[in-house]
Amino acid sequence: MKRYLPLFTTIAFIALLVLGIRSGEVPVVWHKAITICLSCIGIG
Amino acid sequence: MERLRRKSQYIFLLLANAYWLFPWRSPIYQGPFKKICFPGLNCYSCPAATMSCPLGAFQNFMATLRPGVQTMQIHPGAYVLGSLGLIGSVAGRMPCGWICPFGLLQKWLFALPVPKLSFWRPLRRGPYAFLIIFVILLPLLVVDSSGYGSVWFCKYVCPAGTLEAGLPLLCLDQGLRRAAGWLFAYKFILLILLLIWCTFTSRPFCRAICPIGAIYGLFNKVSWLQLHFHPDRCVQCRACLSICPSDISFYNGLDDMNSATCIRCLRCFSVCPSNAVSLEFGPVRQHVSKAVNT
Repeated sequence: MKRYLPLFTTIAFIALLVLGIRSGEVPVVWHKAITICLSCIGIG
Repeated sequence: MERLRRKSQYIFLLLANAYWLFPWRSPIYQGPFKKICFPGLNCYSCPAATMSCPLGAFQNFMATLRPGVQTMQIHPGAYVLGSLGLIGSVAGRMPCGWICPFGLLQKWLFALPVPKLSFWRPLRRGPYAFLIIFVILLPLLVVDSSGYGSVWFCKYVCPAGTLEAGLPLLCLDQGLRRAAGWLFAYKFILLILLLIWCTFTSRPFCRAICPIGAIYGLFNKVSWLQLHFHPDRCVQCRACLSICPSDISFYNGLDDMNSATCIRCLRCFSVCPSNAVSLEFGPVRQHVSKAVNT
């Protein structure tokens, strides 16, 4: 069983990735990334 | 192997920062590739950045989680964690050694001819502290009157934001220059101190601070890619230790070679004169010998 732990881990994170995509997180990431983050650059 | 790694680092540096129209068009790239999380530390507010920073994106999810719960629009950052976890489960911390532009910068700085200092080992816990405190807890718990948190790591720690985004944008925009105050001065001093540290010590940011590395590091023991040490073949030449950017001393049993600090640069695999280091990849444990790979 331990032998397949890497495979199970990958499957689990693919499932998490799909869950994130289906729940609409991609546009949220995109929206944040296309505006200048003032906190990141040390202004806000 | 080392030449291949160098090429990979340069290619990903260019891919992650391929938008060179910022002086004439939008100050930052706004196209569809920004939907993708870059698998290393590369600030998404950098004028040339083409992809999202997973750390910034995840902090934003944490910072907006509480208002999201009230409006039943719950986004816990599954997309970001899934992206990082998928890469980590296959390659462990390999992106740190092969992809991350900030890792490449640290490599350049460490190559400068100045006296070298060893890394204080207790600082190895640092990335987990920054991950838990600055990336998860503070954005989630310290909120304003509307319930929104802040991106604490980006705001108070991240040197990539100051270097890749802050400095170029302040050069380009007079309004931002006027708005820069004590926070920018603090971040700038922090950046300078870190860059100086990088000249004396190998990869101090990766080993003491980086939360992305901390996440990838969790997968080093369970990833498809595994390093193996064969003590019976070892001639105790210490070539692996002398070349390791993370100072992992596995030849004498002091460290586990798949520990979370290993950035999977694979230099120990390349340099070992007696084939005492081997690679495995995948759940079907297929042994890869050095002779096949070089």
